[in-house]
Amino acid sequence: MPAPAEYRLVFKHIDEPGYTNDIECYLRHGGYEQLKKAFTMKGPDIVNEVKASGLRGRGGAGFACGVKWGFIDPTKNTKPVYLICNADESEPGTFKDRQIIHKDPHQLIEGMVIACYANNVHLSYIYIRGEFPLGAKILEKAIAEAKAKNFLGKNILGSGYDLEIYVHRGAGAYICGEETGLIESLEGKRPYPRIKPPYFPAVLGLYMCPTIVNNVETLCDVKHIIAMGGANYAKIGKPNNTGTRLIGVSGDVAKPGYYEFEVGSLTLGQLINDVCGGIKNGRKLQAVIPGGSSSKVLRAGEKYKIKEKQADGSMIDKEIGLEDIPMDFDTMAAVGSMSGSGGVIVIDDSRDIVSCLANLSEFYAHESCGQCTPCREGSLWMKKITRRLADGHGRLEDVALLKSVADNIAGRTICAMGEACSWPVQSFVAKFKNEFEAKGRAGKGPAVAATNGH
Amino acid sequence: MSATCHDTQDHVELKPEFVAHADELISHYPVSKRSASLPLLHFWQETHGYISNQAVEWIAGKLGLNPIQILELVTFYPMFRQHPAGKFQIKVCRTLSCQLGGAYELREHFMKKLGITKVDEHGLGISADGKFSVEFVECLASCGTAPVIMVNDDFYEGVSHTQADELLQKYN
Repeated sequence: MPAPAEYRLVFKHIDEPGYTNDIECYLRHGGYEQLKKAFTMKGPDIVNEVKASGLRGRGGAGFACGVKWGFIDPTKNTKPVYLICNADESEPGTFKDRQIIHKDPHQLIEGMVIACYANNVHLSYIYIRGEFPLGAKILEKAIAEAKAKNFLGKNILGSGYDLEIYVHRGAGAYICGEETGLIESLEGKRPYPRIKPPYFPAVLGLYMCPTIVNNVETLCDVKHIIAMGGANYAKIGKPNNTGTRLIGVSGDVAKPGYYEFEVGSLTLGQLINDVCGGIKNGRKLQAVIPGGSSSKVLRAGEKYKIKEKQADGSMIDKEIGLEDIPMDFDTMAAVGSMSGSGGVIVIDDSRDIVSCLANLSEFYAHESCGQCTPCREGSLWMKKITRRLADGHGRLEDVALLKSVADNIAGRTICAMGEACSWPVQSFVAKFKNEFEAKGRAGKGPAVAATNGH
Repeated sequence: MSATCHDTQDHVELKPEFVAHADELISHYPVSKRSASLPLLHFWQETHGYISNQAVEWIAGKLGLNPIQILELVTFYPMFRQHPAGKFQIKVCRTLSCQLGGAYELREHFMKKLGITKVDEHGLGISADGKFSVEFVECLASCGTAPVIMVNDDFYEGVSHTQADELLQKYN
């Protein structure tokens, strides 16, 4: 079956000829009309629309946005409420938010103002990763333009509602994408994630006040939910997997790039073969990392048992292959991985799979914040072991050792970084055991001193 | 006790415009001045090249903090430097999609062209004339156009070795 057409909602104007990132262009395309509509509604009604939409967070965890907002009841607490846009986009494989920030920043600002109004927020920050200096400048310009037109600032559009948004730049640390690490960073500290409980952002977030942290794409979706109503938005996609999803494909495909589809409307096979032109240079598929580098790898030729809901509501067991997996949250979880941040990395059969894991393990060792021993020490050991295996200096026992280190991290750390660094190791080693063992067997003994002190 | 970092730079005189912009940045954080730590560190590094002992002391003083509360950020966040890097800083994305796209070969190409043979403990190598530095950085979030690099704040996608040579000319 050919792939369905793209469904461009958030990416509607991205790369459209003549579409620019200034406010005049945005206004010519109906910009800030949904904000005006939102101001005719009461905050709690907007929260209810978002709940009805079924929107799940697009940053990686897939938590229901309306539920997250619902944890905060502005009528019951006396502290101010803050909203932070998580624009730290740093999960390897993910490059969707960059497009919005650079090419359609006002869509994000409009979504943010609506979200802030709905939750009675008067001070809000966009936490953007430090490696996006141009993105930060574009957002600052967009904020100034929106302020000049009174879509931001005091008494917005005569509503009596005040809101300030500031751009806050990170400085190269992946852990700042974790929401409580992000909050610490925004408070001017090292971004050590906070332990939950008690530090759930909705209760004790920024400056120990209730705080909402939403991804860039999620906040853009809010604008479209206001436009079409929560119930109509929920008709896009599949039940419990509503709306559209931005997907970025990279690695060994003929046409890598970013796309937007109804959630679950296409399979992984359609995405790779139809949308992205198949594996490049006539090679064959070896593996797919389906939702950012932390998601568990899928191996070509694998079979998965999933439950499929029938039209009459009954569930049947079904066996599917990798290429048949629909791209939605629940099925990706059912096959043992996750759709995470929407970043799909495709690896062809010419690649040394052990080197691929060594690359990722080096990333996690670099990015562990060092707060929890299992992650700090474990990520470093996983890097060293995968590196020596990849470079031909490993031993056969390293394969079991690697698994043992990974198995002792997940579940023993303050934040999900423990899982993020061990899931790739666990899945690569389990699914490519022969390749890892072959590397171990062929090892030529320890390397001489490392070259750069790491 | 003052924070210690390896200071090689002479004391810089801060211009009134610098101080005024720092105050403007602090105003973005009406609840807690400490939140302005990262923005001030960025601003100092953009203006003066790296975070010196003077920077740590000045920012701490400005925000009512102990110098260690600034220094601990400098040593944690990868983007802050305690030593000058090249005038043009080439950052090559290292992470998986870029590796598949040839990032390691691209870094090697830059190193060879610039005659850089040694790197410091962070993997940073500087050309003999101090004009260029080359380093790996982690995922720059443009995986579909690998390999990607930054030269100072400018971003380049799908960089071939020929383009790499052109960039070395451009930033000369």
